[in-house]
Amino acid sequence: MSNNIDLKKGLDIPIKGSAKPVVSKTIVPDTVAIVPADFKGFTPRLLVKEGDRVLAGSPVLADKKHPEILITAPVSGTVKEIVRGDKRKLLEVRIGTDSVQEYMDFGCKRPESLSADEVRTALLQSGLWAAIIQRPYGILADPALKPKAIFISAFSTAPLAADTEFVLGDEFAAVQAGVNALTKLTDGGVHVSLKSDNYASTPFHKLENAILHTFSGKHPAGNVGVQISHIAPIQKDETVWTVSLLMTAAIGKLFLKGKYDLRRKVAVCGPMALEPSYAQTVPGVGMKEFQAWYGASADGIRFISGDVLSGRNVGEDGRLGFFDNQVTLVKEGTDTELFGWARPFRFNQFSSTRSYFSWLLPRKKYDMDTNLHGGPRAFVMSDNYYSKVIPMDIYPLYLIKACIAGDIDKMEQFGIYEVLPEDLALCEYVDPSKNYIQDIVQKGIDLMIQEMA
Amino acid sequence: MNKIFEKGGKLYFLHSTVDAFETFLKVPGTVSLKGAHVRDSIDLKRIMIIAVISVIPAALFGMWNVGYQHALAVQGAGAPLDILGNFWFGFLKVLPLYVIAYGVGLLIEFASAQIRGEEVNEGYLMSGMLIPLIVPVDVPLWMLAVAVAFAVLFGKEVFGGTGMNIWNPALLTRAFLFFSYPDHMSGSGSWIALRKGETLLDGATGATPLSFIGDGMDALTGAGAQYGTSFWDFFVGTVPGSVGETSVVAILLGAILLLWTGVASWKIMVSTVAGALLVGWLGNVCGATDVPAYTQLVLGGFAFGAVFMATDPVTSAQTECGKWIYGFLIGAICILVRLFNPGYAEGMMLAILLGNTFAPLIDWVVVNRHTARKAKKIRTA
Repeated sequence: MSNNIDLKKGLDIPIKGSAKPVVSKTIVPDTVAIVPADFKGFTPRLLVKEGDRVLAGSPVLADKKHPEILITAPVSGTVKEIVRGDKRKLLEVRIGTDSVQEYMDFGCKRPESLSADEVRTALLQSGLWAAIIQRPYGILADPALKPKAIFISAFSTAPLAADTEFVLGDEFAAVQAGVNALTKLTDGGVHVSLKSDNYASTPFHKLENAILHTFSGKHPAGNVGVQISHIAPIQKDETVWTVSLLMTAAIGKLFLKGKYDLRRKVAVCGPMALEPSYAQTVPGVGMKEFQAWYGASADGIRFISGDVLSGRNVGEDGRLGFFDNQVTLVKEGTDTELFGWARPFRFNQFSSTRSYFSWLLPRKKYDMDTNLHGGPRAFVMSDNYYSKVIPMDIYPLYLIKACIAGDIDKMEQFGIYEVLPEDLALCEYVDPSKNYIQDIVQKGIDLMIQEMA
Repeated sequence: MNKIFEKGGKLYFLHSTVDAFETFLKVPGTVSLKGAHVRDSIDLKRIMIIAVISVIPAALFGMWNVGYQHALAVQGAGAPLDILGNFWFGFLKVLPLYVIAYGVGLLIEFASAQIRGEEVNEGYLMSGMLIPLIVPVDVPLWMLAVAVAFAVLFGKEVFGGTGMNIWNPALLTRAFLFFSYPDHMSGSGSWIALRKGETLLDGATGATPLSFIGDGMDALTGAGAQYGTSFWDFFVGTVPGSVGETSVVAILLGAILLLWTGVASWKIMVSTVAGALLVGWLGNVCGATDVPAYTQLVLGGFAFGAVFMATDPVTSAQTECGKWIYGFLIGAICILVRLFNPGYAEGMMLAILLGNTFAPLIDWVVVNRHTARKAKKIRTA
């Protein structure tokens, strides 16, 4: 607690519809789907065919490059449908769920007494290896590597994010077991970042076997990438792994109970959510299962798995992502507004700048929609305009331009190893030139992976 | 948008134009496709309208001052302030400049956007607002048209439009005029608008106070036979000069709006003033001039340039540290020119263009130093 890292830069977006801390519904879906696109750097090879029985934890997909990395079924049931897209690309594996869930038994173990290899094997077999994200590039972790350290962010600052203490507060034992397991995989220790505001009240400050850090500040202080850049910035040729707290708990449950258990509390939130609150469910659940929150018609609603800044627009037929515990419902902003940009007062529009009058109402929450509020333009504002929302020691605009130019040397120089698109999401939010910055950065990362392979 | 303006339609060549007017009238219903699903309500239109509004006080004062200077020159020092009459006179003189600046500039802008297949960028709204304010009121309209065409085409469009240009297009217009038609841009010929057949009163001068600065304070205070030459006259702006540059009061009003909304960088404004004060003070100390440094700030185009031109986010330095250096250089060079080039005392235009030229280099140094320092910090950590 003594050396709190206070981040001055950042922005909390005042959007309406934060979830009340009650679980108002437990959703047991008829079907869940495994979506390979949830896992960056994963090339799926199908291990099942339609009609196969699976238990929760049975392998469904394997990675082509690392066949030992498995994606397993989150529920028990029967493989109902394999959905393919263009060029037979695998989009979804749909599993019809059993009424009574059966779990593969991976055996209860005490992670403290296991060796690194035993932990690795357990994670690979259960499908929880995919929960580990490797930086740079934000891809599936390579089991052959030993990372410099492992980082866990124990809070989220994303708009309307699920409350960590409500979601995981009663799973402290599982989180602790998960941390114990992860420490086996690295020599650099497991770094857990906590929020300084509630340091004393959160159970996670009692975590053992972890190096604790505290952060204060606005979004993106809770992003693990931002935290890493303040704890130990990633260099060229270095590898670190990150695991979300949610997934750490899942790893812990694997060892404590011997089960692949991905059930979680999901915040259903956003301006279009009728009664924003939590649902108890599993990843891969369809968005239509959340109908209680959006009512009769899904017209004009954007379904986002994740938060409004870096979540995925999955659509009405989409699924809750593997890593997500938040569903945000936002209105599609297809309305036009006469002389919108020229009107001096637009009290229902939020701007982080003082070019509108939203600075007069610092406590107001806004009914935001997906309107771009402008057209795409070349970058006009200077680097500072973007860096004031990014608490990292980088020049975001230079990095973005290097990504556009596809200049490997420049990308390296400006810190491509340290960032993932989500870390620059706020740049995209504030950009008056309305560029798709996260997409630009992702393309830069893809180019790096291709060139560095 | 009507189908005939879409690709393949008969009037596709008007696509960018129609789109520009449509989005000008109403914020379109375009939604984010990916990435951040919600967006800040600010866009370039908003930034530009704020910038344009910030220039309006200087423009209105400039119009009135055109009339007032005319009155002083033909009626003598006792001419009345006559706010409406003088404004109307100036308005009629300045209006054609605006028609030419916007007409020629936007025509090229719309055509280029169409050729590139992009939406029309709002950047020229600001350039077009500035151009008439930084030229002498009597500049021949055809010259202005040629200069605007040159600046927009070769200063901006060949680089890829707003956001890609190296030099401030408005200043490029002025530079083009200055180097191509120097007779109309300096001396005493074109600063005071006269009706046909009118002549200056005996003893009245058409020269700006700035053109006397090379000869020191006595020459400066004795500059205007018909207009006042105290510090406060310069500050309020009741002296001849380019249309919008004379009134520091009006310019400061604009500066407050720009800084409050964050559209312009306070660092650039502050460092420009600091650079000017330092060199002005050195000039006093070394005996190069007896004009006090603070008087330099209210003369000529210094204030206008520091507030509206040097701060152009596209052509100024991009890094925060770079902004300090960039602004300081502009202020320092501007006063250096005034001290050592009595033939052409208005140094602000060239100082800013030079600053624009060196901004990428300044940024390059700043960014590289940052990277090197960061690498070192990590190595020792």
